[in-house]
Amino acid sequence: MALLEIKNLCASVGEKEILKDFSLTIEAGSVHAIMGPNGSGKSTLSNVIAGNPAYKITSGSIQFKGKDLLKMTPDERANEGVFLAFQYPVEIPGVSYATFLKQALASKMKYFGEKPLDAVHFIKRLKVRAQALGVTDEMLKRPVNVGFSGGEKKRLETLQMGFLEPDFCILDEMDSGLDIDALKVVSQGVNIMREAHRSFLLITHYQRLLELIEPDVIHIMIDGHIVETGDKTLALRLEEKGYASYR
Amino acid sequence: MSKKETISRLEKITQDTYKYGFTTDVSAETAPKGLNENVIRFISNKKNEPDWLLDFRLKAYKHWLTMKEPHWAKVSYSPIDYQDLYYYAAPRQKEGPKSLDEVDPKILETYEKLGIPLQEQKMLAGVVAVDAVFDSVSVATTYRARLAEQGIIFCSMSEAVREHPELVKKYLGSVVPYTDNFFACLNSAVFSDGSFVFIPKGVRSPMELSSYFRINARNAGQFERTLIVCEEGAYVSYLEGCTAPQRDENQLHAAVVEIVVLDDAEVKYSTVQNWYPGDKEGKGGIYNFVTKRGLCHNRAKLSWTQVETGSAITWKYPSCVLAGDDSIGEFYSVALTNNYQQADTGTKMIHLGRNTRSTIVSKGISAGHSNQTYRGLVKMGKKAQGGRNFSRCDSLLIGDKCGAHTIPVMESGNLSAQIEHEATTSKISEEQLFYCMSRGLSSEEAVSLIVNGFCKEVMQHLPMEFAIEAGRLIGISLEGSIG
Repeated sequence: MALLEIKNLCASVGEKEILKDFSLTIEAGSVHAIMGPNGSGKSTLSNVIAGNPAYKITSGSIQFKGKDLLKMTPDERANEGVFLAFQYPVEIPGVSYATFLKQALASKMKYFGEKPLDAVHFIKRLKVRAQALGVTDEMLKRPVNVGFSGGEKKRLETLQMGFLEPDFCILDEMDSGLDIDALKVVSQGVNIMREAHRSFLLITHYQRLLELIEPDVIHIMIDGHIVETGDKTLALRLEEKGYASYR
Repeated sequence: MSKKETISRLEKITQDTYKYGFTTDVSAETAPKGLNENVIRFISNKKNEPDWLLDFRLKAYKHWLTMKEPHWAKVSYSPIDYQDLYYYAAPRQKEGPKSLDEVDPKILETYEKLGIPLQEQKMLAGVVAVDAVFDSVSVATTYRARLAEQGIIFCSMSEAVREHPELVKKYLGSVVPYTDNFFACLNSAVFSDGSFVFIPKGVRSPMELSSYFRINARNAGQFERTLIVCEEGAYVSYLEGCTAPQRDENQLHAAVVEIVVLDDAEVKYSTVQNWYPGDKEGKGGIYNFVTKRGLCHNRAKLSWTQVETGSAITWKYPSCVLAGDDSIGEFYSVALTNNYQQADTGTKMIHLGRNTRSTIVSKGISAGHSNQTYRGLVKMGKKAQGGRNFSRCDSLLIGDKCGAHTIPVMESGNLSAQIEHEATTSKISEEQLFYCMSRGLSSEEAVSLIVNGFCKEVMQHLPMEFAIEAGRLIGISLEGSIG
């Protein structure tokens, strides 16, 4: 059984249809990348999978671990194992990262009928992962996404992902606004998470992210659906030719 | 008519009332319905009060008759029939649960959600009472002996009247005179109990003093009177928690809190107010019409911190009269209204002395169909040279059927004073909600987290345990506020 199976999905924002008859199957343990020009619907896809209510599904289906994902609220999807690393992480003033992650973990444990982790174990678990990503204690005390640089925000998104241990991770333009050093740190954070039961969907414009996180499959997305699928060499060919030949 | 006759007559009237539908024997503990001189004498008699206090009450009552209920606040409610209330109700033996098993499971569920320990649950449910004002009578005060060693007096107002009459006589009405306003005047006439705190010169209270107020009886108004006197160089942190059971009818709560802060003394007064707010349709709930004021002498400091989530209507402006030079007043407030709750709350900072400073931080959260007004007065007197004030009022709206209003009034009587005011109004954004939910938080957990973040600046002024309780309370009060 595939981990994620999207069939003939159509989705729109307001009156505008953005995903058009989109289909994609992702097996457990694999890394897929979706590349495409601006406005091709990549970010819509990630928001639709995560359940952003701003997008309307007009037809099609998404199965996740054999369950109907579209029937679930965003929090149910998250607790079932879907994680979206945001392109533009949202500010939550007055709420520290530590508090935020503690609540997120408590919600997940509650979802599975478990008791929340006590403070000592929580901090231990958080610090191990934070250190690996160069996230300091001071950063964890600051309010969520308030006053951080672009690179720091992406590192903190990666920290959340590692901390919550989802089965399916969507990285929406993780490489935008990152210098090469930060990109390496973030990529490493992703690579150590690669496991047989976990899959990734990387959404990007550029080849350079795919040099650091090597995908199993690459899809080219144009105008709301996939136009070509191939192995990692597809990205190299794309780098040479650009998207023009697909239009 | 002698006092004895009065009582027996009143008891007869009370028994008559009993015939009109009460199922428990309340004859000895409840004053007859309505308000007149005899009822005031009844209350005073019940408490074996000295003549000077009865005089104070009667003067207040006579003055009250000349006053009109104020209607300048941005709240609306059907007229209160002051003759249809009980002005004195003591706990009744037969009424009330005997063990936790008899308490409404829904109330227990709420306490559990609040994370209130079992002993405290019992207390709040009216099974055990510790430091609690239950209806009109202060039931018990713990830790008395330990405090007494340092000369600290912490007891009910009735006891204070009996045992420390000279202190009560000296300070009662010295900050809030009975002529002050309609509700304070009513309180002065009929107040039945409350807390009394006295911290002698140079003493720091070794623990936080706390009192729980609870309205239990039906149709009973609660008029508690709290008096705190902090002598020169002394310090105390006082906590006040309030709850009330669910009732369909509205209940009146008109309290007065007076605080005297002498030279170099400091008082921190924290409130978590969780009176019954009424149901989802706006039926029932407490009318919370409260007068709270402190008088600061030289270099004295008074800090009010309040988290207000309850009551159908809140009308409350904890104030500081900064009479002494270099005195400091602070007001940190979170007011949260949901469903059909109405709150008109804020503070008054009256700068009279030189180099007096005040800070106001108000966070208002409106959800459902509720309406909220921040009303504040900052006044710099002619002699308040170098006086400074900083005010910040932030409003957060949840949904599009609620309202938030800010009415800051600033009056400056001298050129050297500085007054700053900042205000913002914002909404919880869809993006914030989605971001939190994409991390596994339910919509209610998300709103609670975002709102707690919004209030953080105020919450951090609460004592630790109170802050945790208040945070949970905010989550519970917001239930049902989203989709």
